[in-house]
Amino acid sequence: MLKDKDNFIYPYIPNSLPELKLAMMKEIGINDVDELYRDIPEELRFKGKMNLPEPLHSELDLKRHMEEILSKNMTCEENVSFLGAGCWQHYIPAICDEINSRAEFLTAYAGEPYEDHGRFQALFEYESMMAELVDMDVVNVPTYDGAQAAATSLRMASRITEKKEVLIAGAIHPERLLVIKNYLNPDIKVILVNYDKVSGQVDLEDLKRKISSNTAAIYFENPSYFGCIECQGENISQMAHEKGALMVTFVDPISLGVIAPPSHYGADIVCGDIQSLGIHMNYGGGCGGFIATRDEEKFVMEYPSRLFGITKTVVEGEWGFGDVAYERTSFAKREEGKEFVGTAAALWGITAGVYLALMGPQGMKDIGKTILQKAQYAAQKLSAIKGVKVPLLDAPYFKEFVVDFNATGKSVEEINNALLQKGIFGGKDLSREFPELGQSSLYCITEVHSKKDIDHLAGTLNEILTR
Amino acid sequence: MLENKKAKLRNFHQAKWDEPIIFELSTRGARGILVPEAEEEIRTEVGDGISRIPEHLRRKEPPALPELFQAQVLRHYLHLSQATLGADLNIEIGQGTCTMKYSPKINESFATSTKVTELHPFQTEDTVQGALEILYKTDLFLREISGLSRFVFQPGGGSHGAFTIASMIRAYHELRGESGKRDEIITTIFSHPSNAAAAAVNGFKVITLYPDKDGYPDVDALKKAVSDRTAGLMITNPEDHGLFNSKIAEFTRIVHEAGGLCSYDQANANGILGMTRALEGGFDFCFFNLHKTFSSPHGCGGPAVGAVGVRKEFEQYLPVPLVDFDGEKYFLNYDVKNTIGKVRMFYGVLPVVVRAYAWIMSLGEEGLKEVARIAVLNSNYLMRNVSKIRGASIPYDAPGKHRLEQVRYSWEKLAEDTGVTTEDVQCRMCDFGMHYWTSHHPWIIPEPFTLEPTESYSKDELDEYVAALKQVSEEAYTDPDKVKNAPYNSCIHKIDPLLLDDPEKWAITWRSYLKKHGKDIDA
Repeated sequence: MLKDKDNFIYPYIPNSLPELKLAMMKEIGINDVDELYRDIPEELRFKGKMNLPEPLHSELDLKRHMEEILSKNMTCEENVSFLGAGCWQHYIPAICDEINSRAEFLTAYAGEPYEDHGRFQALFEYESMMAELVDMDVVNVPTYDGAQAAATSLRMASRITEKKEVLIAGAIHPERLLVIKNYLNPDIKVILVNYDKVSGQVDLEDLKRKISSNTAAIYFENPSYFGCIECQGENISQMAHEKGALMVTFVDPISLGVIAPPSHYGADIVCGDIQSLGIHMNYGGGCGGFIATRDEEKFVMEYPSRLFGITKTVVEGEWGFGDVAYERTSFAKREEGKEFVGTAAALWGITAGVYLALMGPQGMKDIGKTILQKAQYAAQKLSAIKGVKVPLLDAPYFKEFVVDFNATGKSVEEINNALLQKGIFGGKDLSREFPELGQSSLYCITEVHSKKDIDHLAGTLNEILTR
Repeated sequence: MLENKKAKLRNFHQAKWDEPIIFELSTRGARGILVPEAEEEIRTEVGDGISRIPEHLRRKEPPALPELFQAQVLRHYLHLSQATLGADLNIEIGQGTCTMKYSPKINESFATSTKVTELHPFQTEDTVQGALEILYKTDLFLREISGLSRFVFQPGGGSHGAFTIASMIRAYHELRGESGKRDEIITTIFSHPSNAAAAAVNGFKVITLYPDKDGYPDVDALKKAVSDRTAGLMITNPEDHGLFNSKIAEFTRIVHEAGGLCSYDQANANGILGMTRALEGGFDFCFFNLHKTFSSPHGCGGPAVGAVGVRKEFEQYLPVPLVDFDGEKYFLNYDVKNTIGKVRMFYGVLPVVVRAYAWIMSLGEEGLKEVARIAVLNSNYLMRNVSKIRGASIPYDAPGKHRLEQVRYSWEKLAEDTGVTTEDVQCRMCDFGMHYWTSHHPWIIPEPFTLEPTESYSKDELDEYVAALKQVSEEAYTDPDKVKNAPYNSCIHKIDPLLLDDPEKWAITWRSYLKKHGKDIDA
């Protein structure tokens, strides 16, 4: 006997249709679906009420509800944003969204290399295109984000060198540092190496003091958190290799059309975040992490991630794909595998591949150039405002730079609130994370910022600061 | 009146494009998209921009990316998407434990709205009240569903959720000065391997319990395994074979008495929504896969969210920030006394949470219960029909015994009788446009296959799937070679794993392949 509420028909639940339900119950030999829950003892049965809102059964009602909530968000398209710091506003080519909204790519998961041949190929091609960008032979299927990639790269270095200390050199993203610290707990020690306050580069003297025979890796970011291009990579890699340590460098892949990849200055493991390659910001949800190394067994065998490789089939001339060295993963070996692997950011990997295919070598050079020019223009304009300094104006930087407001007498918070009134999201407030910089912010300029946007920022700042 | 339809097998063939690797489609000089130049005044003022970079750091050789025109890129990727199945296209009930349910398309419109995609995580809170409201309210929903106190969405998947919990367990014992002593985490062989692996990364030794003769985790084995070294228990329930451990409250009590904490891997929550909760099971922590139970699509393997929930006393360990509400505004709260810090940049994958929120709002309490009940009805209906297939068996089965969200079956008899293995059947199922998954490793159940119908597929679709399995079984008994040499109607033929495990031969990238093998795949 079906109760009244059992007759509600849900568009997402086909067998909620009473006749189907009854037919299936009859076939199983039960009178009530409750009988199927017999294994759950009475004392574990939830008999209370879940205090959830009244459902919005019609799609129209749901749409109205969601639009109402989402309308409370002010976006970086409706305003002009100069925020960066690990998540960036770049132009997303239409083809990127077209492909990552394809039903097949959107709703596939862990199928075999047969019926999911396309997914394997798309990810193999992503690995391959990233490999060209970073000029290395091995790249993994994406992990959660750049921070995870950095943390895993450091654990990999520790396993490869069999040492338990890592040096994190220079100005690193504070959130990335928190992720790394938790991930390397409890067995790997994290030692911080200063950045030079004048040049923005890694403080080599401090590095020399702190490196030892226990060092598994020296890690630095290029560009650094402050946007500085690190120029001492060659020195750092020599220092690392002399002590039997590896050099791990974190990069912003969209810079690699104009800036040399770290493999050219001695990096052993290269990592980074792919969000800048055709993926929307998504409030910080657009991240994906990559790890790249040379094709040497001792490196390959330390990756926790899936590594898709190309192989043959039984038909001559036909190829397929599969997992390389699957036995090293936690899928195969549980706690004996390398770290752990699971669902992470595959669709973003496919998207980054589409982006790189659209851009090609010339596009990557063009975008790097445009970003360099716009950022340099912006830095010049801002530093010309009374009281405003760009400390590293003459140093090489990519996309981001610190703007020092200390001489203006106004706090970044005040300034950003005033900018917001004019539809501008000011640069990230650094005063809490880096108190030594005082009232400073991190400004980010990409190809999406027009000269008009930059002039509007400069003009508005000028107005705010001369009030 | 219901038609008594006999399920008809499709004469299926998957799209087979013989699609070249994208590098082979390259034409020197082709452009897929053009990038805006900086305005002339900017160029005049700052020059080419590149000369500011020290010479030794300028890219000399451009990256050897392929060069294609725009429509060619589109066509290439559309070919690849056609060579991919997914829950939208397919009766995807074969990916047991993955919960391949319908991801409502209306939710895509919210997830891809510019009001979600064009938000920067460091915008001031006033400007993202909609995003914070969704994060906050979805936390409240999951509290109702689990009985626990507070949820975060930072972890990027279920495994990451398990990792986050293991970090919090470590932090808890560290704070009590017991981290040196409490270095063991207990799990079961039928729980997801990531529970074990994530515990190991956090520095724990892993003790794995094997099932008793009825397929349940062995209580006696647990009693022997606990000691003053026990840091915690990380377990799934129902386990991957579909059996609900009715003694779970005893399990958690035993671990608590030994001084450990209990974590609930709720990847298999779909069948028990509203029926039983983490709190009453005695759990201190749990995680839900928003891309499984809560309908966010799987994306070929992410992006995803492992929503981690804790009992009140463990809120102090959560990764920052939390999303709070002061009565007027939503805000980010970094004031978490003994936080483990962060497991991921920013706050989690907002579009995934948006979809989960919308899905829950469309169903409400009664809807969620119906999801669970129909998913379990479907699972048992399927089990009934699969049990009739020659060569198939249901390990740990007993008369009147029911399973929950999924069932792990065995082709042991089929393999004994015909020599056809589960992996052979898996390949032949591709010829009907069907997929199934075997099991995590190690295979406790021989020749396994794990089916999870969820609530999304109709009776007819379940019947079609069973008809395909039945067909393959019949073939195994009459023409085993046909099954062993499958697939025939898929995108490619049987793979030769020759190039996958040998360091001299493997090729994870196209450039690596060319270096080792040249252009000829058969060389």
